Amino acid sequence: MFLKKITTAVAISIAATAAAQAAGHSNCGIDAGRVNIVGNEFPAIQTVGAGAVACANDNVEVKTNLTADHQKINVAGMTSNPAEYTSAIVANSSIVALMNEDVIRPLDDLVAKYGQDLKKNQLITVNGKVMAVAFMANAQHLVYRADVLEEAGVEVPTTYEEMLAGAKKIRDMGILENPLGGSYKAGWNLAQEFNNMYIGHGGEFFKPGSAEVDINNEKGVATLTMLKSLSEYMSPDFLTHDSNATNAEYRAGNVAMMNMWGSRAAGLVTEEGVPQEVVDGFAIAGPMTVAGGDTPATTLWWDGWTVAKNISDEDATATFKALTKAIEPAILDDAEVATQAVWLIDGYEPTEAAKGVFAAAAANSVPYPMVPYQGLLHSALGAELSDFMQGKESAEQALADVEAAYTAAAKEQGFLN
Amino acid sequence: MKHKTFFWFFLPTALAMLLFIAFPIISVVIQSLFTPHEAVLLTVENCGPFGCKTETSIDQEATAALKLAEPLGRFAGLSIYLDRGHLAVDEVAALWSGRESLGGFFDGLKNLPFYRAMYFTLTYTFVVTPLLIVLGFAIAVGVNSLHRHLKGLVIFFSLLPMIVTPLIGSLILFWMIDSRGVLGSAIQFLADDPDLSLKASTALTWITLMVYGVWHSAPFAFVVFYAGLQTLPQDTLESAMIDGASRWQQIRYVVIPHLMPLVTFVALIQLMDNFRVFEPIVGFNAEAHATSLSWIIFNDLGGETRLLSSAAATSVLTIIGVAILLSPVLVRTWRDFNAKT
Repeated sequence: MFLKKITTAVAISIAATAAAQAAGHSNCGIDAGRVNIVGNEFPAIQTVGAGAVACANDNVEVKTNLTADHQKINVAGMTSNPAEYTSAIVANSSIVALMNEDVIRPLDDLVAKYGQDLKKNQLITVNGKVMAVAFMANAQHLVYRADVLEEAGVEVPTTYEEMLAGAKKIRDMGILENPLGGSYKAGWNLAQEFNNMYIGHGGEFFKPGSAEVDINNEKGVATLTMLKSLSEYMSPDFLTHDSNATNAEYRAGNVAMMNMWGSRAAGLVTEEGVPQEVVDGFAIAGPMTVAGGDTPATTLWWDGWTVAKNISDEDATATFKALTKAIEPAILDDAEVATQAVWLIDGYEPTEAAKGVFAAAAANSVPYPMVPYQGLLHSALGAELSDFMQGKESAEQALADVEAAYTAAAKEQGFLN
Repeated sequence: MKHKTFFWFFLPTALAMLLFIAFPIISVVIQSLFTPHEAVLLTVENCGPFGCKTETSIDQEATAALKLAEPLGRFAGLSIYLDRGHLAVDEVAALWSGRESLGGFFDGLKNLPFYRAMYFTLTYTFVVTPLLIVLGFAIAVGVNSLHRHLKGLVIFFSLLPMIVTPLIGSLILFWMIDSRGVLGSAIQFLADDPDLSLKASTALTWITLMVYGVWHSAPFAFVVFYAGLQTLPQDTLESAMIDGASRWQQIRYVVIPHLMPLVTFVALIQLMDNFRVFEPIVGFNAEAHATSLSWIIFNDLGGETRLLSSAAATSVLTIIGVAILLSPVLVRTWRDFNAKT
């Protein structure tokens, strides 16, 4: 599957380059400049990258580097002067690292000149300055198997408590041994599940107005207890399952309910070889709440593009124009592109696959915090929670470890004294 | 060789060593002694598709001024080395004074990232290195006694594990040992336990990683020993045979002493390599059960926020670790060298 993905990616970029060359002078209104985009790789971003590459002509060079490891290279690739990458495609978590290092430029003048067609809610502003242009929204929400739930007589859960009860019933009836799925891989994924659940419990990550972490409390313990209870209904290998592996479990028909990314929902059962009952039973719903809370246990995300600071104005203009062209409303005319994401582009009509993300937004889910030190906490959570999930230490100990790891990192980065 | 000739002869090597070995190490040491400036924070209003929210951000103008004044950052001395992410002196002292038993103290140590990584790294190094030397030697002796028509083919297949890129090799095995993979199912069948998962338990993950380590590195030892076997003094071997030495005695008293310098060489290289164990941890998604110093560096650099000083400090600690590990072998080599001259 990995190979297939690479082949597809290569094929797409080759096709895009070929198409651009065939078109000769494409209609992006760029006279000269250099565009080089670094970003994550999933279908919607592939589409945006290919759209920008199509703007290449004899005077304009457009390159993309779309990889799951984009966060390891984007800051380094934008720090030098001139920067290697003229744009990074980021999300509300990863833009923080770029802003912390001051490697992206405010886009107000470019928006005023060339961005008339962008909608106001696409513009990500920080302290009044436009720092990124968002093109899609994302959130984790429930994905389930309607046929399995019906067979077990389980209602579609709206809370995690119902999900647990449903999982127990499905297991007891012998329908599925491990009815729950989840991207609980130690590291970023597990930390994200903690964030979701902690927000669902109404927790605050930091003491008000400071970088001092505050998660070792009742809500933190309740969060961990819930994650642990859920994991007992998952494959015993859950600490190695990222969203790709979790999707594979779902496709194989081993999972009845899981909290999954909206951006993955459209392609979940369109892969080759997915059993027919999984294709037929595939269903999505909004995110769940937990512990009687009102705020869903999930976070809202946007994905958008930025423009590097350390490049010439000519390259910045070329980058801005190419990426604006790549997210123009006309790309939605392609039915497949329209299902790839919850696009924030003008004229987007929600498809069936977008239901979960819309439900998340409608239920007043909160966005992932854009705080300079949130990333440090995310890393600390990812590194320190796996002992608890394996039953090697208590919830309080795990949370104390997270706080200590975060504090050491925050001191190093100058956020705490 | 005249000193002048030697100088010109050695100059390119010396320059390359300076450029590619000495300077990077100096750079890493300097980076580990400095940390980023204290962040000047601002309260700002961030707006986006989901509405506006008051959040904290970094005051770039103020930070830029700080950076211009002190481009390296704040001088931190050894504080990064001593913090919880590394040697954790305060935490270790607290553990020691609050210990109830020695076992409790070690359990507490394993909770600290550096010591947890060292625990696995050292176990890995000292289990894998001897095993791969023994296995490599056994393969070399075995292959050497094969008929010459078979040798080429067998050598080719024995080398395959080393030819496969570590990351790819471990990823392939990771899928094979999945509870629904070929090897995973076979092990479940053999152990008569349908719920057995190699990925779910720390002990089994460690064993998997070590088996992988031996599998991957044994061909290296094999190639070196096999080359050594080609220079085996045939007269000594023949006289041993005439004296009635059994095959085992021949190996024990002729082959092994002859190959001893190569054993030192392989041990040196493999101690160094195994101490830097990294790819299998990533390939086997094993970070919940096993971490190493190299993995900590990778994790520091790959998080949402890069921890450059922390990664630099861990790098320096790795270099020190390798030096300590190699010192007995180096001292021995030095003594041998002096004895000969």
